[in-house]
Amino acid sequence: MTVLAASGRVWQRNWLVYRRLWHRSLAFGFLQPVLFLTAMGIGIGALLTPASLEAFGGVPYIDWLGPGLLAAMAMQTATFESTYPIMNKIMWGRNYEAILSTPVGIRSILWGELAWTAFRIGSLAATFLVVLTVFGIPRSPMAMLAIPVATLVGVAFAACLIAFTATQRNDVGFSAIFRFVINPLFLFSGTFFPLTNLPEPLRAVAWATPLFHGVELIRGSILDQLDPLTAPLHLGYLLVMLGIGAFFAELTLTRRMAG
Amino acid sequence: MAALTQTASTGALATAWTRIWRSRRLVERNIMVYRHQWIIILSGVFEPIFYLLGIGLGLGRIIQEVPLPNGQVVAYAAYVAPALVATAAMNGAVFETIFNVFFKLNYAKTYEGVLATPMGITEIAIGEMLWALMRAALYAVAMFVIMFFMGLILSPLGILMIPVSLLVAAAFAAAGLAGTSYLRTVNDFDVPMGLIVMPMFLFSGTFFPIEAVLPDWLVTIIQVTPLYHGINLIRGLSTGIVGVGQVWDLLYLVVFFAICMWLAMRQMERKLIK
Repeated sequence: MTVLAASGRVWQRNWLVYRRLWHRSLAFGFLQPVLFLTAMGIGIGALLTPASLEAFGGVPYIDWLGPGLLAAMAMQTATFESTYPIMNKIMWGRNYEAILSTPVGIRSILWGELAWTAFRIGSLAATFLVVLTVFGIPRSPMAMLAIPVATLVGVAFAACLIAFTATQRNDVGFSAIFRFVINPLFLFSGTFFPLTNLPEPLRAVAWATPLFHGVELIRGSILDQLDPLTAPLHLGYLLVMLGIGAFFAELTLTRRMAG
Repeated sequence: MAALTQTASTGALATAWTRIWRSRRLVERNIMVYRHQWIIILSGVFEPIFYLLGIGLGLGRIIQEVPLPNGQVVAYAAYVAPALVATAAMNGAVFETIFNVFFKLNYAKTYEGVLATPMGITEIAIGEMLWALMRAALYAVAMFVIMFFMGLILSPLGILMIPVSLLVAAAFAAAGLAGTSYLRTVNDFDVPMGLIVMPMFLFSGTFFPIEAVLPDWLVTIIQVTPLYHGINLIRGLSTGIVGVGQVWDLLYLVVFFAICMWLAMRQMERKLIK
């Protein structure tokens, strides 16, 4: 069996488990953006004066916020799916041990899991985009680009998180990752307020962090204001992150499963 | 006759105290378990702080001022911060009682072991409650200190935020204890977290005045939920604008706590004693 065919089997395994749960996950996929857009977009938007909207490039706050939330959702879901569920397959449920006793190897497990994340985030992003369209936010068909970009954000985070999860002996480290990495990224990546509001050194830090690039690309495509100069840089950052993450994930997963 | 009633009531009080005193063993047990996982508890301190910095200050530089119900305006950070004290109390209590109690109840079977000792259901419920309160107290005091140094406490009444946030935590801990017994698998966590905790976090006047923005029917529904009252009460204390509304909030939280605690004990008894 080739690596590709074998990773297809890993994907298929996840699909068989998920088949029983998909309707609930679809319902929450719609509900969450609706709740966040109403509360944060409309609620906080009502506190903004027309003059203060200048900070958001002159678009209504909800239009500015929505794409940022889509990027953040891709990060959060991919991160969550790459911690507890992967840990379960490594040591609690020992699914990987069983899988490795078949012709499926470590690389196929990793690729299968990443393909699964791509499928999950892709479908969630499509759902999110439908909600954004109901709120009248996308400016042009360019908005469709948000789906592959969100998928890339999800897969890049998933690769890095799988690399981390494979090194952990219990789930204590996950709380630290959620609270000290994911949550600050969620709040300080230009999701809720423009980074032009931050002092210069902090803005440089934001440029170095991954979610910022996803937010910029997704907001650019949904509001049809992609900058041809910076867009390739953002895209390049995410691709490199995926490459490095996948490299280390294969390394740590191989070590873990050999031990 | 009078003397008899006297002994009976002190007797009941003494029993109650014995039970509370006995439940400390469960608190001790939880402390022992967390000795190597303290990062889980400590990291929770930072969640409201990050929200305060991100939303309160980051967005606050653009929003600047928010009107309170009495017409007075406050800085956005001073508006959001007291609400985050309430949400931190809720999160601390709910995470402890929903997730951890669920695992102890269904997977680790911790309580079956506990019940083999002189401790009963009441002691378990009180013990988990006290433990959740300790965790919530940590979060509340941490937020209080941060708010104090950032100059976001506008009234001396603000000191009362600490005991009141413990009441908010107790109310949610009781609700969590009652609710967790209805969950069957880990997939069911979506329901309390996604359908109750998350919407309350977003719509209880945490980030914007709901009365000014949302339709009346929605405001009425929100006013029936507990976090709204917790936020209204704590914000009243930190801004110093206290009225009849805050008395109602207090009363609501006490009654809500009592009902949930009663339900929690009944549910745990059903679940553990077959």
